[in-house]
Amino acid sequence: MKLMPCPVNGLRPVSEFFYWGEVRPMPDPDRCDDAAWADYVFNRNGAPGIKKEWWYHTPSGTWFIAERDTIRDEVLRTWLHASPEAEQQ
Amino acid sequence: MSRLPPVSGEWIQRDRTLAFTFEGRRYAGFPGDTITSALLASGIDVLGRSFKYHRPRSVLSFANHDANIIVQRGTTPNVRADITPLTDGMALTPVNVHGSLARDKGRLLDHLSRFLPVGFYYKAFHTKQLFPKWESLIRFIGGLGIIDIKAERLTTAKRYDFCDVLVVGAGASGLSAALAAAEAGASVVVVDENAQAGGSAAYGLAGQPAGDAWQSLRARAAAHASIQIRTATTAAGYYADHWIPLVDDERITKLRARAVIISTGAYEQPAVFRNNDLPGVMLGSAARRLIHRYAVKPFNRVVVLAANEDGYRAALDFLAHGIEVAALVDLRATALPTENTRKLAACGIPIHTGHCIHEANGLDRVSSIVAVPFDDGYTDPGRAIHIDCDGVAMSVGWAPAAALLYQAGAGMRFDEAVGQFVPDHLPSGIFAAGRVNGIHGIDRKMADGAHAGLAAAMHLGLVPRRNLPAVPPETTCHSHPWPVFAHPQGKNFVDFDEDLQLKDFENAVQEGFDNIELMKRYTTAGMGPSQGKHSSMNAVRILARLRGEPIDAIGTTTSRPFFHPVPLSHLAGRGFVAERETPLHGRHVAAGAVLMPAGNWQRPEYYAIRGRTREQAICGEALAVRKGAGLIDVGTLGKIEISGPDAGAFLERIYTGRFANMRPGTTRYGVMLDEAAVIVDDGVVARLDEGRYYFTTTTSGSATVYRELGRLNTLWRMNCGIVNVTGHKAALNLAGPNSRKLLQSLTHSDLSEAAFPYLAAREFEVAGIAARVLRIGFVGELGYEIHVPADQGAVLWDALMTIGKSFGLRPFGVEAQRLLRLEKGHIIVSQDTDGLTTPDEAAVSWAVKMDKPFFVGQRSLAIIRKQPRRQQLAGFELEGPGAEGVRECHLIITDGIIAGRVTSVAWSPTLNKYIGLAMLATSLTAQGTPFWIRASGGRMVAARVVPTPFYDAGGLRQKPVQAMAEAA
Repeated sequence: MKLMPCPVNGLRPVSEFFYWGEVRPMPDPDRCDDAAWADYVFNRNGAPGIKKEWWYHTPSGTWFIAERDTIRDEVLRTWLHASPEAEQQ
Repeated sequence: MSRLPPVSGEWIQRDRTLAFTFEGRRYAGFPGDTITSALLASGIDVLGRSFKYHRPRSVLSFANHDANIIVQRGTTPNVRADITPLTDGMALTPVNVHGSLARDKGRLLDHLSRFLPVGFYYKAFHTKQLFPKWESLIRFIGGLGIIDIKAERLTTAKRYDFCDVLVVGAGASGLSAALAAAEAGASVVVVDENAQAGGSAAYGLAGQPAGDAWQSLRARAAAHASIQIRTATTAAGYYADHWIPLVDDERITKLRARAVIISTGAYEQPAVFRNNDLPGVMLGSAARRLIHRYAVKPFNRVVVLAANEDGYRAALDFLAHGIEVAALVDLRATALPTENTRKLAACGIPIHTGHCIHEANGLDRVSSIVAVPFDDGYTDPGRAIHIDCDGVAMSVGWAPAAALLYQAGAGMRFDEAVGQFVPDHLPSGIFAAGRVNGIHGIDRKMADGAHAGLAAAMHLGLVPRRNLPAVPPETTCHSHPWPVFAHPQGKNFVDFDEDLQLKDFENAVQEGFDNIELMKRYTTAGMGPSQGKHSSMNAVRILARLRGEPIDAIGTTTSRPFFHPVPLSHLAGRGFVAERETPLHGRHVAAGAVLMPAGNWQRPEYYAIRGRTREQAICGEALAVRKGAGLIDVGTLGKIEISGPDAGAFLERIYTGRFANMRPGTTRYGVMLDEAAVIVDDGVVARLDEGRYYFTTTTSGSATVYRELGRLNTLWRMNCGIVNVTGHKAALNLAGPNSRKLLQSLTHSDLSEAAFPYLAAREFEVAGIAARVLRIGFVGELGYEIHVPADQGAVLWDALMTIGKSFGLRPFGVEAQRLLRLEKGHIIVSQDTDGLTTPDEAAVSWAVKMDKPFFVGQRSLAIIRKQPRRQQLAGFELEGPGAEGVRECHLIITDGIIAGRVTSVAWSPTLNKYIGLAMLATSLTAQGTPFWIRASGGRMVAARVVPTPFYDAGGLRQKPVQAMAEAA
């Protein structure tokens, strides 16, 4: 079983986590056209590579961002959303 | 055969004997014996029958992979005799035998083998009509042990463990690695499938000088405080991030390591010659394990077939234990001039270099062999040498036990110099040592182990990083490139599990299955119980030669867990399915509740009454609510508090309705959408005071809703806090015309219509308990949802039930509630809606406020509203016969096409008819439209669209005063 580093609780078994999906900025609903909105709602990028994703540590209720290399099945790093560490990126 | 005089280091204890039976006959062995060693010591030649042709078989590898010596022990099938310790009183029977081992009726199949060609299943099953015949025949012939379905049910708990370094294999390299890592400060676990640690060095070196270094290594490893050695334990697979199931006789231990050293050694590989499966023909290492561990004399007069130093070492070992060596047949044109070859020659043993074994002969045991000149696959049967013997020991090559390395993602390449696959690159935290790493020879294996142990310690940061010189690669080839000898009459077995001969591989390639993965599946090579441990390497060599390509171009088949069979009882173990009970669970059980699962909750479906049917009980509960009063536990609803300056604004973004303008002390219905505008949840939002809201979610949605709200708040960074109080609170819904009077008798607060109107929320004491009371009516009667601290739930229940006696109060369950809300036309999210239902389709558009700046799903709903509506939830009544057979999910069929589905349906005792909700194609939704529902068995039942609510359309029962005021 894989391990996932929670930014608050440290390295924990992945069964304690919930995977939400890739971080995808929402287009401005007032400005984008219907096609762009539908693309945002329904289409996902399944191509393997380095992904930024929402993950949730269920027992502690911690949402965070994980950067994963889905080709090598490796967690590169994790951080709390909008944390100072993320600001530096 | 027979037992030798005591052998130094033997594993058996001769001070007492163990009695056991095999095929009903009595035998004896010693403590420390395995089943196989005890049977061999008792002089039994045939220990099993082969899977397909039922040929007599005995020991081949004696290394936990003797797939032809599998026995049944009582209700336990498929016991591996070569590794299973003998115990007193064991009653054993062979498997895959019709009659007795000696007179197995299946042995006739051997003569029919030409009718069982390669790819038999693929070819046989082409004719559909013949399938039942084949099936019964195969069921009769095939299969190993027998499952006793009446056997005792085993529940095996799993164990969890951790260490710094896991070493798999306790041979010379593994123990050296463990010691090096432990001395660097690591906590080390060493596992080995054998009953004792030590590996092949125990017999490989017997009587030779390096034995002292090995003895000292074994003692130091055993004595080291940071090293745990677990014998008779298999590392059954490799899972991500060093997560290894360790399987022993009792259980699975899931061990998490920080680094793993694979020192699993190598499997000796058989040579492929005619009748190489006769009892008495075995691997050199098998014969030596029998001698050194169990003091069993495997044969009296042996021919050694060698292609490496191990064969000469084996021959000398046999001589030292009083076994006559009739000859040594060496596949190589010339043997390397080593000490062992000189010694053997000095003993006067005939050595036939450049020869192979053309065939072995004998009935139930080998009695002679024919050796012929051999040069790169070409034999010369014209110059045959006949040698009488009762045993053949094969030492022609090795294949690394690399399954765990493959599973961990190591890249392997074929090293021509050493003649085996070796690791090319290893994943982070994985290390290889010893023969699996292509390093042979005791001193070199110990050095390689120490290197791996230190490298693992460095990886863990226990010692400073420095350059570690690797053990130089082998220059001697220990494996012959082509230990395969064609014979016109065949029966030269490549796979002993599946009875596959050389010609089967040739035919498979001819038929186009010339890729290693395809060949495996077509021939079934490596698919038997030993999973190719003795056949895959030869299969790869054969395919490489047939295709004229190097072995590296052929590759190997994919290695997957488990490495070795694991008992299903170990895997099944105990379940860990969480089940939740509300604080009132005990009260429900005492009241005769029949429980049903709702999400992971247990909820009362209804309360059983002696002498009444389920339907009668449910109708009775529903009528009690309509006529008197009912009480239902709604503590399974999700209960969430949100507070802060932005709480109202946050709710407006997640729900479709408007909440910021609510007055404190009021409630409002809320619908939650996903980004595609599909309904995902609903509930009631109460504004407790200026900055504090309390809302409920559906029972099944509570965890996901709370989770997603947390994410959205993380993303939006609004000034509010969200607390999940689902488990903190008990909740009861008191409903019915008598509910106000009943509740009033338990509180001093004014419950009058003016003081506590419909849809209001109040906080006051009920029966002395601080309660949050919402005046809402899911079931369509005057009603109160009372939320109290979880530990007060039972107190409140008791108070209500006691006082309720004089108000006709009955507890009601989920089924009655479903019926009552259906009468009111209220939807249940995820029953009346599915993964595509929009609020317009579910007829809750009234709860959607599109003029808000934003809510989740708003933009999508705007797009959807520009398109024609496909479907609509509508109420219906059933007419005519067959109505009682209609259930949820039955289809509405119009002109032979699916035009909808029933989402809710029930008999209404109040209305005296069958009513329901259906998701209908919009063409059918006009009031009064007739349609047909296809019930179970294809019966068509007539239905008609009617308006909802079915019951009390004006809502007079929930809010009498307002309704009357409106009417006026």
